[in-house]
Amino acid sequence: MSLVTTRSVAEIKARNKKIIEEVLKVYPEKTAKRRAKHLNVHEDGKSDCGVKSNLKSIPGVMTIRGCAYAGSKGVVWGPIKDMIHISHGPVGCGQYSWGSRRNYYVGTTGIDTFVTLQFTSDFQEKDIVFGGDKKLAKIIDEIQELFPLNNGITIQSECPIGLIGDDIEAVSRVKSKEYGGKTIVPVRCEGFRGVSQSLGHHIANDAVRDWVFDKIAPESKSKFESTPYDVAIIGDYNIGGDAWSSRILLEEMGLRVIAQWSGDGSLAELEATPKAKLNVLHCYRSMNYISRHMEEKFGIPWCEYNFFGPSKIAESLRKIADHFDDKIKEGAERVIAKYQPLVDAVIAKYRSRLEGKTVMLFVGGLRPRHVIGAYEDLGMEVVGTGYEFGHNDDYQRTAQHYVKDGTLIYDDVTGYEFEHFVEKMQPDLVGSGIKEKYVFQKMGVPFRQMHSWDYSGPYHGYDGFAIFARDMDIAINSPIWRKTKAPWKDVAKPKLLAAE
Amino acid sequence: MAQNAEHVLDHFELFRGPEYQQMLANKKKMFENPRDPAEVERIREWTKTPEYREKNFAREALTVNPAKACQPLGAVFASVGFEGTLPFVHGSQGCVAYYRSHLSRHFKEPSSCVSSSMTEDAAVFGGLNNMIDGLANSYNMYKPRMIAVSTTCMAEVIGDDLNAFIKTSKEKGSVPAEFDVPFAHTPAFVGSHVTGYDNALKGILEHFWDGKAGTAPKLERAPNEKINFIGGFDGYTVGNLREIKRIFELMGIQYTILADNSDVFDTPTDGEFRMYDGGTTLEDAANAVHAKATISMQQWCTEKTLPFISDRGHEVVAFNYPVGVSATDEFLMALSRISGKDIPEELTRERGRLVDAMADSNAHIHGKKFAIYGDPDLCYGLAAFLLELGAEPIHVLATNGNKAWEEKIRALFAGSSFGQNCHAYRGRDLWHMRSLLFTEPVDFLIGNTYGKYLERDTGTPLIRIGFPIFDRHHHHRYPVWGYQGGMNVLVKILDKIFEEIDKNTNIAGKTDYSFDIIR
Repeated sequence: MSLVTTRSVAEIKARNKKIIEEVLKVYPEKTAKRRAKHLNVHEDGKSDCGVKSNLKSIPGVMTIRGCAYAGSKGVVWGPIKDMIHISHGPVGCGQYSWGSRRNYYVGTTGIDTFVTLQFTSDFQEKDIVFGGDKKLAKIIDEIQELFPLNNGITIQSECPIGLIGDDIEAVSRVKSKEYGGKTIVPVRCEGFRGVSQSLGHHIANDAVRDWVFDKIAPESKSKFESTPYDVAIIGDYNIGGDAWSSRILLEEMGLRVIAQWSGDGSLAELEATPKAKLNVLHCYRSMNYISRHMEEKFGIPWCEYNFFGPSKIAESLRKIADHFDDKIKEGAERVIAKYQPLVDAVIAKYRSRLEGKTVMLFVGGLRPRHVIGAYEDLGMEVVGTGYEFGHNDDYQRTAQHYVKDGTLIYDDVTGYEFEHFVEKMQPDLVGSGIKEKYVFQKMGVPFRQMHSWDYSGPYHGYDGFAIFARDMDIAINSPIWRKTKAPWKDVAKPKLLAAE
Repeated sequence: MAQNAEHVLDHFELFRGPEYQQMLANKKKMFENPRDPAEVERIREWTKTPEYREKNFAREALTVNPAKACQPLGAVFASVGFEGTLPFVHGSQGCVAYYRSHLSRHFKEPSSCVSSSMTEDAAVFGGLNNMIDGLANSYNMYKPRMIAVSTTCMAEVIGDDLNAFIKTSKEKGSVPAEFDVPFAHTPAFVGSHVTGYDNALKGILEHFWDGKAGTAPKLERAPNEKINFIGGFDGYTVGNLREIKRIFELMGIQYTILADNSDVFDTPTDGEFRMYDGGTTLEDAANAVHAKATISMQQWCTEKTLPFISDRGHEVVAFNYPVGVSATDEFLMALSRISGKDIPEELTRERGRLVDAMADSNAHIHGKKFAIYGDPDLCYGLAAFLLELGAEPIHVLATNGNKAWEEKIRALFAGSSFGQNCHAYRGRDLWHMRSLLFTEPVDFLIGNTYGKYLERDTGTPLIRIGFPIFDRHHHHRYPVWGYQGGMNVLVKILDKIFEEIDKNTNIAGKTDYSFDIIR
């Protein structure tokens, strides 16, 4: 057990405040002033975490953030499997994001499904100088000829598009008309827009509103008959199959899932969503915009849920069921009861191995708060957390429902800060991304990637919880962490001994 | 319920259970508006035809699954090869997140790099303030010995002037006036990552040799006996550069490896994170001007750097990723000629061992047909090795290959009786390769991790050699250069050949008469 849990809350708060002061000393004055607003020690009872968020990253500090293109192509649009997503601009953006997100899908890739292909306009100097609209028009023609079973096309703008004044909307309109009203969606998600991936989510949501919802032809209306139990899963990207291990629970409680946004999603599912009776929203950060829009325009209520760990899953199933009749409420109880033996077995197996272990998180989307319950179900404690691109409403939810008194909060953490915090706090586990993984493993700290699930998953739902628990055990209790010091070198420092 | 606490099912088992299979089938039927399976099958078969290939090769605008990345990736790769150097990419920040992820996924190592985080206001007013603040922050936080600046396409499109910006930043006190801040413009819409490597390396050498952007006298060359060595953009940099150092040391040659990133991409796990490790010292980078010769292992990674070096009076020699016996012979003989040192007996014996291994196993490779794709030099080196093994590199494809590359590789084919049916494809992508593999099938495919999609679609077994390799671990730690590296490549190829024979002969009572214990 680490030292963190052996101290009083007052001592922890004092220690955490001290390490914030320490990291701020490294910065030039102006930067220190700006960064200070993003770091805090959470005080119980406050309505938010006391940090500024969704502000520009500071140049040169090694932010972990990405860009609007990543938010649109990588997150919202990329998983729509039967559409072709063109990375419009130079080759790199599409190349680096090619196939790396693990948003699983079923389909014949390259024929009727296109998620793990890299379509790019591969801009050359002449395209920058003379504009890329003609090339884009030709690309759409070539797609139509070579990939005739695509159900639609999106244009994911890279930085140069907005800078050289291309009119991708005009090209989209013309080509849509030429191909009989085909869905062609221009997305203005140039990487320089906004401060992170977050604006890309918003822009992508707006593109669904403007170029899918507003253009649904009467004849393309979905073919199925509505039922009172139709729901849509919004904001589950099906990383390692997350949306599947979630969908199965909703179906088992008697609901019918008519759409997945957007993991393993299809254009038909997007178009059918206005028929849902309730939108259930997992990643609030990336998909609240379209949920609010559907509420305003179609009167569809939405409800946030959390499918990490049995406590939150049960709470969420009941919360969702509250929107329906007794049949569904009974269904929720039936599902909770059905999986209780699995939950008991998982906890019996892993809790004793993980009890009291401390975790520090830094992730995107919903996870900096959503996974806390799953760790707590295993007897673990999250002692520090922060959002890559959260807004104030994320920190409010975090403060009100998730974090404990004295938790260290760090928004848009810099590489330097994160290393310093981990060094000083000596958590038993760090959960963050690929860029952070090897830094902390070199330091001898167990690590799990909490974007890609470290190529494992699913982590959502009861089936996913078993994998989550097993993976955390693998990370923390691997014998390799006892071997980081050569036996002929100095013995591990006292704080490391305490961490074992 | 499929899941089980005692035997936890992973994604690849969990979703194959009946509950999930039924759920997914129902989802598809009810809500996805799926295509008629017969139509999907018809199109799938059509994409395998010569007719489709013709349409596919007629593409003028669309690129699908290219085998290249953009310039700044190469710039970052080269920059971290210098002592204590922090790469600083001027432009949008998302790009840097991508380069770092890409390199980390290949090397399974940290990859440190900063961005100037330009946003909309910088797009309008230029990124000068981002440069001023960014350099000051990086300098204070990460205590680098040098900051190597390159650019994303955003900064290039709006025309930011790095030279002027860095000068102004120094005047404003972001970093001390004498602090080294070499730079290179690396537009993503020109060339590829190999171009970025070239530009960044040239920028760093120019900085040290040509008077540090006007702040110091230009270095006068005083020729010495040293040889400079440039590896180029190389996924095997860790294993290769260590092998090259061993060879130089065996031969007793004084050398400078330029952009030596073999340590920073291979740091130990011992409780300490080393943001910087090893690398060409800044002193050595400056003194490299005095060397008698510079050797590049990759001609197309050094198209600008080599002429720049040559202008300073060096002899320059470029290879095309030498792999195998003859290419290594040429490399060593060039070293020997330039240095005046004999090739030691130990290397001669290593050569003999590689020839021995090839003689032992060549029957399994001789006459086999291969497709290769990757960076231009890598393609050339592997094709030459296959020819030397009596194999036929039927399709050789480099998305970032130029006309000169195509001509050179054609000459290589023309010079071998095994090259008569072989073709080079430049500027083509892996969707073109898919058509080639369907219409003119080969026995094996050599390429990076993305080749697994081609392996799945066409059934051509993939031998993973190239960059990036994301789905196999640690191969970058082993060299592919030198005779020992040639041995590693030979074994990789042979292992796949034998695995395929075993896989094709292992049905009990049907095909297993050929399931031989000795091969």
